[in-house]
Amino acid sequence: MRRLLRASQLGLVVLLVVFTMGSADTAVRYNELGHKMMCACGCGQILIECNHYGCPDSPRMLDELRAAINHGDSDTAVLKAFEAEYGPTVLAAPMFTRFNMIAWIMPPLVLLIGIVGTFALVRKWRLRTVPMPAASAVKGFDRIREQIRKETEL
Amino acid sequence: MPAFGSFALLLALALSGYNLFAGAIALRQLTTGARGRISPERLAETARRAGIGGFFAVSGAVFALVWAAFSNDFSVSYILHHSNRALPGPYKFAALWSGQEGSLLLWAWLLAAYGFVLRIRHKVDVRLSAFASTILAGIQIFFLLLLNFAAPPFSLVAGTIPQDGFGLNPLLQYPEMVIHPPMLYLGYVGFSVPFAFALGALMMRYPGEKWIHITRRWTMVTWLFLTCGIFLGAHWAYSVLGWGGYWAWDPVENASLMPWLTGTAFLHSVMMQEKRGMMKQWNIWLIFSTFALTVLGTLLTRSGLVSSVHAFAQSSIGTWFWIFLVIVLAICLFTFILQRDHLKSEHKLESLVSRESSFLFNNLVLLAACFTVLWGTLFPVISEYVQGNKVTVGAPFYNRVAVPIGLFLLLLTGIGPVLAWRSTSFKSIRKNFILPAVSAVVTAIVLIACGVHPWKDWDQGQGSLYSLMAWSLGALVVTAVGSEFLRGAGVISRHTGQNIFASMVQLTRRNTRRYGGYIIHFGVVVIFIGLAGSAFNQSQEQELNFKQSMNIGPYRLVCQSYSQDTNLNYDSEFALLDVYRGDRKVTQLAPEKRFYQASQTTQTMVANHSTLAWDLYVIYAGKDPDNGQPIIKVFLNPLVAWIWIGVIIVILGTFVALAPNLTAALAASRSRVPVVEGAAMATSKGGD
Repeated sequence: MRRLLRASQLGLVVLLVVFTMGSADTAVRYNELGHKMMCACGCGQILIECNHYGCPDSPRMLDELRAAINHGDSDTAVLKAFEAEYGPTVLAAPMFTRFNMIAWIMPPLVLLIGIVGTFALVRKWRLRTVPMPAASAVKGFDRIREQIRKETEL
Repeated sequence: MPAFGSFALLLALALSGYNLFAGAIALRQLTTGARGRISPERLAETARRAGIGGFFAVSGAVFALVWAAFSNDFSVSYILHHSNRALPGPYKFAALWSGQEGSLLLWAWLLAAYGFVLRIRHKVDVRLSAFASTILAGIQIFFLLLLNFAAPPFSLVAGTIPQDGFGLNPLLQYPEMVIHPPMLYLGYVGFSVPFAFALGALMMRYPGEKWIHITRRWTMVTWLFLTCGIFLGAHWAYSVLGWGGYWAWDPVENASLMPWLTGTAFLHSVMMQEKRGMMKQWNIWLIFSTFALTVLGTLLTRSGLVSSVHAFAQSSIGTWFWIFLVIVLAICLFTFILQRDHLKSEHKLESLVSRESSFLFNNLVLLAACFTVLWGTLFPVISEYVQGNKVTVGAPFYNRVAVPIGLFLLLLTGIGPVLAWRSTSFKSIRKNFILPAVSAVVTAIVLIACGVHPWKDWDQGQGSLYSLMAWSLGALVVTAVGSEFLRGAGVISRHTGQNIFASMVQLTRRNTRRYGGYIIHFGVVVIFIGLAGSAFNQSQEQELNFKQSMNIGPYRLVCQSYSQDTNLNYDSEFALLDVYRGDRKVTQLAPEKRFYQASQTTQTMVANHSTLAWDLYVIYAGKDPDNGQPIIKVFLNPLVAWIWIGVIIVILGTFVALAPNLTAALAASRSRVPVVEGAAMATSKGGD
C-alpha cells in the first residue's frame, strides 16, 4: 500500500514536471494572450477573434501585443500593461488578485460544499433509517419479483 | 390597425385581470367551502373562458403588428425602427421579435397560447387546471401591463412619417433568426406552465404525484424548445457573427443556459418523486428556480445591468422585471412555508451507490453549473459594487471553471443509468462498469497514440486535456448506454427470434421514457464530441489576388475572382474561392460582406464547407485599402458538424421519450411468450 502511495506521488510529480516543461514560442504566445483579452471597441469579442469591419481598436491592440511579445515581456507584464492602458475590462477573465480570486474560487467551492453536504445528508439518513438489505440481497427476492411481475403485468 | 392592436392589448389585459381575480375568488371559495351569489364552479368557468378570450385578444394584437409590418405602416414607431420597404417577407414577420416591444408581445402571445391549450384541456384535472390557469393569468397580466404601459408596440411616430423604415438589424437577417427566437421564447415561456402547475399543486395541497404526470409532457416539450432555441442560436452565431465560434458565454447566451440547466435537473429529479416519493421540496424549488431564472435572464439582458452583444433588445424596463421577480419569489416562498409539511419525503436515500444518489449528484452538478454561469454573469456587477470597477468574465473563465463541471456531468451520464434503485451491489458495479471503463481507457490510449498530447499543449491551456477527457468519457457513456440497450434487446431477441435491431426498436417502444432518455444521453455525448474538437481549431488570414492561394490543413483555397454587387436591401463585396484537397476541387465558396443601406451597418456572410471531420469556415474580412484585394480569414474547425448531429439525436430522443409506451404490443407479445421468459423480459422494462 505504501509502495503504491509512493509510486502515485512520484507519478504526480512527473506529470507536474511534464506539464510545466517548455516555453511557448512567439506565435503561440500571441494566440494565447490574444485569447486572454477583449477588444476595447465595446463589441464584447475576444481580442484575437474581433472581426469588426473597420474596427478602430483591435488592429492597434494586436500590433501592441505583437510588439510586447517581441520585446520579451512576460505574459503577466503584457496583461498588466494592457490593463493599465485600457482598464480592467480588457482582460477576458479576472486576474488572480485579492477580490477577483472569489470569482475563481466560488464555483468549485459551491460544488465541493454540495458534494460534502450530500454525503453528510445521506449518512444522516442512513443512520436514521432502519437497516434493510438491498433488494438483490434478499433471499429468494428474484423469484418473488418474477412472480409479482407475472401476476401484475399485462 | 395600430388602434385595433392597442385595443386588443387593453382587452387582453382586462380579460386576464378577470381571469385572475374571478379565478382566485372561485378557488378560495372552493377551498374554504364558502359560497357567493354565483357558484364557485360557474365563476371558475367564466374565469377560464376569459383566459381563452385573452388568447384571441393577444392574437389580434400580434396580427395587427404583423399586418403593419407587411403593409409598411411606418406610422407605427416599432415598424419604422425594425422594418423597411425592401425587407424580404419572412424578415418582416421576424420583425415581430426583433425589438423590445415586439419580443414582449411575442412572449405574451406564446404565454396566452400555452394558457389556451391548458384551459382547453382542463378536464385532465379541473381543479388543478383552474389553479394553474389563474397563476398563468397572473403572469400574463405582468406582460400585458408592460405592453400597455411600459413598452407599447403600437405607439405612433410623432410629426412627419418617413417614407421608409430604418430596417431590420442585419444580424437578424438570416433564415435561422426566423425560427431561433420563437423557439427560445417557447422554451422560456413554456416553463411558466409546469411552474403554474407546481405552485397550484402546492397551494391546493394536491394529493399524490399526479400533477407531475400531467406536467411531464409540458416540461419535456418546453425543455425541447429551449434546447432547440439554444442550439439554433449557437448555429446562428456560428453562421452569422463570423468569429469562428458558436458560443461566446455572452450574458444573453448564459441567460438561456441557466433555466435549461435547472430544467434539466428538474426533469431528472422529478423521476425520484414519481418513483419513490422523494425530493419533493427540492423539485418544487427547482421548478420555481427555473421559472425565476427565465425572468432573471430577461431582466439581466434587458435592463442593461450586464453588457451584451445582443444589444438589440435593451431598454429601461428592468425595474418592472425586478418588481415581478420579487413578487414571484415572495409568493413562492410564502406558499412553500405555508404548505411545506405537504412536501415530506416518503423515502430516504439508503445508499450512496444507487440510482437515487446518481440523480442527486446529477442535480448537484447541474446546479453547480448553473451557479457558475450565474456567478460569472453577475460577477462584473459585484466587482463594480465592491471594487468600484467592472471586470470582464469571458470565455477563459468559463473554459477553466465550467468545462470541468461539464465533464463531471458527462461522467455521471454514464454512471447513472447502470445503477439500480435503492442500492447497487459491488458485484453489479463490477459487472456493469468494467466494459465502459475499459472502453474509456482504450479510447484515451488510441487518442494519445493518434497525437492528442495534452502535456505538449499545456502552455496553450487545458483544451486538449479536456478534449481527451471528453472523448474518453464519451466512450464510457456510449458503452454504458449501448450495453443497456443490447442487454434488453438481447433478451427480447432470444424470446421472439427477431434480429437485434428490431428487438432494440421493440425495447424502446416498450419503455419510451427510459430508452428515449438514453438516446438523449447519447445525443449529449455526440454534442460533447463536437465541442471537444474546438481545442484543435486552426485559423489563417491572408490577402488574396486573382489565382493566388492559401493553405490550411488539407485544403488549398484559390481566389478565382472578387467583385461587388448591389440590390434594394444591401450592397455586397465577395470573393469566389475554389477549394482543393490535393489536386481535386472540392467546392467553391463565396464569403461575402454586406452593407445594409437602411440601417447603414455592415454584416459578414460566412461561407462554410462542412464535413464530419471539420468545417472549412471562410470569412471575407475586408479589402486592402491600397490595392482593393480581398482579405480572407479561414478557420479549420474540427468536428463542429457533430454538435448539430448531436442536437438532432437529442430531439429524436425527446420525441421517443414523449411517445406513449407500446402496451398493446407488449400484451400481444407476452401472450406468445412463456410465462417465465416473459418475466425475464420484464427486467428490461424496469423504469428509469
